[in-house]
Amino acid sequence: MARHIVGAVDEIPPGGRKLVEADGKKIVVFNLGGEFFALLDRCPHQGSALSGGILCGLVQSNEPGKYHFSRAGEMVRCPWHNWEFDIRTGKSWFDPRRTKVRAFPAHVEPGAALASDPQRAKAQSGESAAQKDSATPSMHMDGVAVEGPYQAETFSVKVEAEYVVVEV
Amino acid sequence: MNIIRPIAAPGRPAAATLGLVDCDIHPRCADLAEYRPFMTDAMWHRLTTYGIHARHGFHKGYPFPKAAPLASRRDAWGPGGKPPASDLGFVQHQFLDHYGLDMGVLNPLQPSGQGDVNDDLSVALAYAVNEWQLAHWVDHDARLRASIVVPYEDAAASAAEIRKRAGDNRFCQVLLMSRTSEPLGRRRYWPIYEAAAEVGLPIGIHAFGFSGNAMTNGGWPSFYVEEVQEHATSAQAQVASFVVEGVFERFPTLKILMIECGFGWMPSLGWRLDNNWKRLRDEVPHLKRAPSEYMRDHVYVSTQPIEEPAKGEHLLDAMEWIGWDRILYASDYPHWDFDDPRIAIPSFIPLEKRAAIFGGNARGFYRL
Repeated sequence: MARHIVGAVDEIPPGGRKLVEADGKKIVVFNLGGEFFALLDRCPHQGSALSGGILCGLVQSNEPGKYHFSRAGEMVRCPWHNWEFDIRTGKSWFDPRRTKVRAFPAHVEPGAALASDPQRAKAQSGESAAQKDSATPSMHMDGVAVEGPYQAETFSVKVEAEYVVVEV
Repeated sequence: MNIIRPIAAPGRPAAATLGLVDCDIHPRCADLAEYRPFMTDAMWHRLTTYGIHARHGFHKGYPFPKAAPLASRRDAWGPGGKPPASDLGFVQHQFLDHYGLDMGVLNPLQPSGQGDVNDDLSVALAYAVNEWQLAHWVDHDARLRASIVVPYEDAAASAAEIRKRAGDNRFCQVLLMSRTSEPLGRRRYWPIYEAAAEVGLPIGIHAFGFSGNAMTNGGWPSFYVEEVQEHATSAQAQVASFVVEGVFERFPTLKILMIECGFGWMPSLGWRLDNNWKRLRDEVPHLKRAPSEYMRDHVYVSTQPIEEPAKGEHLLDAMEWIGWDRILYASDYPHWDFDDPRIAIPSFIPLEKRAAIFGGNARGFYRL
C-alpha cells in the first residue's frame, strides 16, 4: 500500500469530510472526533457517491416501542437509497456480510515524518484531480515523491503541521 | 464539506439496443409562478390565496417527510439550490445525457391539481400543468414527452382536456393516480377512457394521490415503509376494478400502465380473479374471457421499484406471467428510490428481453 497525503489536519474539522483521488480511486475521508477514516466514494448498491450523503447515527431496538440512538454522526447515508455504512469499518448495518464499502486505513502523521519519507505520495483533491494535466508547481508534489532541491524548503515551513494520510 | 458529485461515469446500458425509454420522470416547478401564464386571474388568486385542498385527512401536504427532502436524491438539487428536477439544464446533465436516454415521459405529481377537492381549481391546475410541461420542458428537449394531466374526479372535464390535446404528439399518455375516490373501473370515470381511446392514447396510473380513504385496506399506516408497500395493494384494487367492471370489454383498444406499483402481485391477482370468476361468472356476464386474459392484453407494468427476490428465477417467473412485452423501464428520477438503468435491470434477464424492457416495449405502448 502506498501512503497518500489527504491534507492538513485542520482542513477536515470534526464531522467534516474531504473527497480526494489517490491511485485512480475516489476516496472520501471523514473526521470522527479527531479520528480519520477513509471509504471508497462509491455505494456498493447502485454506485452513487457516498461523499454526498448525510451523516446519521445508529438506531436500534430490542422490542417495538423501545428505541436507542447512538453513535451520532458515525454512519454515512447514501444520497440515493439511504443505505447506511459504518464510517469506521465500511460495513452496512443492514447486510454486513454481503454489503460493504471498501475502507482504507487513514491516520495522522507529523509533517516532518512525511517530508523525510520517500514512499509517500500526495492524494489529489477532487477539484485538482480534474486539472491534473495543467502544468503547475504542485506537480512536484503529485505522484511518488522524488528527492530534489526543493525538499529542504518544504520541510522547513511545514515541520510542525500534521497531515492526514490514507493508505491505498 | 467538500465537493459533491456523482462518481458513476456517464453511459447507457449495453442491452438497450432497442432504445432507452424512461416511463417515469417527475418534473417539478421551482416556483408556482411558473404556472401563472396558464391560469386565469381568478384561479391564480384562488390558488395563491386559499391553496390546494388534498382529498385526505391531514391539514395539508405530506403527512410526514418521505425519507429524504422532497423524497428526492440528495444530489438532485439544482444550481442555486433549485428543487430536484426543476431545472432542465441540470436534468439534462445529471440524467438525460448521463444515461443516454432516447425518450423520457414526464409524470408531474404535485401540485398538479389531480384529486383536488375543489373541482374548478383541479381543472384549472391540470390545464396549467399541461401547458407548463410543454413550455418548460418538451418544447426545449425533443427527448421528453408530456402526460395529459387530468382532473380525474371530474370525468367530463378530464375528457375535454384529453380531446383538447388530440393529435399533439408532444403528449404520449393520460395520467391518473392510483388513489382515487372510487375504484377506477367505475362508470363515473368512463368518459376519460372513451376520450383516451378516441385520441389513441394509453393511460398511465402512477402510485400515490389522495383518495379521501385510508391508504391501506386496513386503515391508516403508521410508517412510510408501510405506505410504499401499499402501492402494490391499491394497484391490485385498480386493476381488478378495470377488469371486473368491463372497461376493457367496452374499450378494447385501451391500454393501462401501472407506474411505481411493482408487479410481483400480478400473477397472484390473475390466479385469484380467474378462480373466483369460474364460480361467480353469472354475476359479471359482461366478461367474455377470463380476467387474466384481460390483464395480459391491456395491463402494462413499470420496473421501478423492481422486486428483488433472493432467487432471480422468482423474478423471471413473475415477468414471464405478465408478459415480456408488457414491462417498461422506469427510473423515478429524481426521487430517492431512483433506479440506475445499468444496475437496476438484472443481468440474469436474457439480453433480448432486457432490450425490450429498456425500449422496445415502450415504443409499442406509446406508439412511438
